[in-house]
Amino acid sequence: MATAVRENYLDEREENQGRQLANGLAWFSLGLGLTELLAPKTLARLIGVRESNAGLIRAFGAREIASGLAIWSQGERPVEAVWSRVAGDALDLTALGKSMASSDTNKGKVAFATLNVLAVTGLDVLCARKLGGNDGHSSRRIVKGMIIDRSREELYKMWRNFDNLPKFMKHLEYVRATDHTFSHWAAKGPAGKIVEWDAEITQDILNELISWRSLDGASIDHSGTVRFIKTPGSRGTLVQVEMQYAPPGGVVGTAIAGLMGKNPGQLTEESLRDFKQYIETGEIIVSDGTLWDNGLLTQRPAQPSEE
Amino acid sequence: MRANCWYGKRDVRVEDVPDPRILNRQDAIVKVTSTAICGSDLHLYNGFMPTMEKGDILGHEFMGEIVEVGPEVKNRKVGDRVVTAFPISCGKCFFCKQQMFSLCENSNPNAWMAEKMFGHAPCGIFGYSHLTGGFAGGQAEYARVPYADVGTIKIPSGIPDEKVLFLSDIFPTGYMAAEMCDIKPGDTIAVWGCGPVGQFSMASARLLGAERVIAIDRFAERLRMAKERAKADFVINYEEKNTYEALMEITGGRGPDACIDAVGMEAHGGHGLIYAYDRAKQAVMSETGRPIALREAIMCCRNGGTVSVIGVYGGLIDKFPIGSFMNRSLTMKTGQCHVQRYMQPLLDRIERGEIDPSFVITHKISLDEAANGFEMFANKEDDCIKVVMNP
Repeated sequence: MATAVRENYLDEREENQGRQLANGLAWFSLGLGLTELLAPKTLARLIGVRESNAGLIRAFGAREIASGLAIWSQGERPVEAVWSRVAGDALDLTALGKSMASSDTNKGKVAFATLNVLAVTGLDVLCARKLGGNDGHSSRRIVKGMIIDRSREELYKMWRNFDNLPKFMKHLEYVRATDHTFSHWAAKGPAGKIVEWDAEITQDILNELISWRSLDGASIDHSGTVRFIKTPGSRGTLVQVEMQYAPPGGVVGTAIAGLMGKNPGQLTEESLRDFKQYIETGEIIVSDGTLWDNGLLTQRPAQPSEE
Repeated sequence: MRANCWYGKRDVRVEDVPDPRILNRQDAIVKVTSTAICGSDLHLYNGFMPTMEKGDILGHEFMGEIVEVGPEVKNRKVGDRVVTAFPISCGKCFFCKQQMFSLCENSNPNAWMAEKMFGHAPCGIFGYSHLTGGFAGGQAEYARVPYADVGTIKIPSGIPDEKVLFLSDIFPTGYMAAEMCDIKPGDTIAVWGCGPVGQFSMASARLLGAERVIAIDRFAERLRMAKERAKADFVINYEEKNTYEALMEITGGRGPDACIDAVGMEAHGGHGLIYAYDRAKQAVMSETGRPIALREAIMCCRNGGTVSVIGVYGGLIDKFPIGSFMNRSLTMKTGQCHVQRYMQPLLDRIERGEIDPSFVITHKISLDEAANGFEMFANKEDDCIKVVMNP
């Protein structure tokens, strides 16, 4: 088994707290950002600065919204996005400091606003540190599941034939089974680069589970299991994917992938969703807005394209 | 083709855009004959809906003639005259099988986005932001309709567009609001908001056997329509009377058996919108609290009664009167309308002459005048209640 994949997940709890906090901060960013954008003058009065600062406050609003969206689009571990909030806090504090020095501001209100920003800065730093506690080079673990309205047998069969996978895993270029155990995989990586690796099946229980791992030296160092679990009543089958992987390029690589709108956790979830659609409806739906891709930054207008 | 595109707050423009094409095998292309502006389009128009992109084609109430079908469309063919349901639904998932079409698990390509905001994703919707899939809408000459077998209903010739167009959204939506009230003989139903959905809620409550229907709004023309066309027994103009006191007077102090909130997130003077906005207002100690109609509906409802929430909400609300709600055994039912569930039975009612939904129409314009239509509707100018557009 590849050495970079560790079985130690001590940082998970810290990280989970960090993630919850990050989500709260994203909402906060969006809320404050919208207020700054939509009601800059009201806000100026509240924090005791001149209404002529409305333009600057609007710009800060746009920045807040960008930070909030970045946290969401960066996925599981939005370290960079949260640090971008800290940088934004520094800007806010600088601006408030300047207005403190100005003669026509309400000092009491500005001081109160400054205290508020300081409190949020504290939260931002705490959050970024919790998320960044993991050095970024050890393994990450994801578990994603989706209930699909089909029998275990049918789903297992579809999955076990690896040639099928690119039909619903849009990031895969192709998968070639070399023999019953070994296979060769090619995926679209960041910036359109093709990433290839070899994998072997480590466990295969008919209609129950398939486990695999990448071979030593693989550019995407990972192992995983897909389980087919019967759900209560007539709800179908829970298809659950568990993966451990070392992110290519460490945390920065994950962050870049995140900024492009995708990270391994989200990719897995979407693959499962597409698998479900493919099985249940016979096709994977697209809209004009998601014709290229459904990442946050790759949406096109919801109108027909020429292409 | 010509299409009404969103460009920002209070900025919509009718422009030339490419014609839609079949993108999935269960798609149909509809040549739009009639389309309408929905009250919920105003949330987009007023710039309060996140995840809009410049150029998005608006519109989720439309009908027309099928001019092209994908290879997997089984029960619709070129030439069929159809009304389209605003929720995009596959018809095959866990929720669609239970007729909960607006919860379809397979129709929203941006489900991940909605999950971030709502915990779980609702279905795709035409022309209603990228949170609901980034689908082009029907305020256009042509529209692409995914899952055409599920999302359209065939309309016999001989019935004018105006009578059936609202099967796409507001008639089923109002009907579902009334159905959620679980109306029993003798029941009194109070409806907050006399926009088109409120009007259909009242008319439907009547169809479902309500004894008395009470309309609440502040615009005289809407209250007049409620009384004359939707057959409300009482109207309350809340700017003239205290709603609670008026309702208690009518119901002998007990309260209406069920209350319908047909107002939603932009309750008057408010932006409603999303949790984040509300929170930010709290953070800067600005006033909060926009769900005025919902709070009032809860406080007024009789003990053990039902509050039916059909007005659209986007995020979280503040100061929800949970004490009143819990201690008095109230029930709340809500949801985006499962339109496909109601289209056939309501078409039957229209054909039997039990109701003519065209009564809500106050303005008919051409698609090219969409910008004016939005402005007029948003400002409630010229007693505007419902705008229908013809491409």
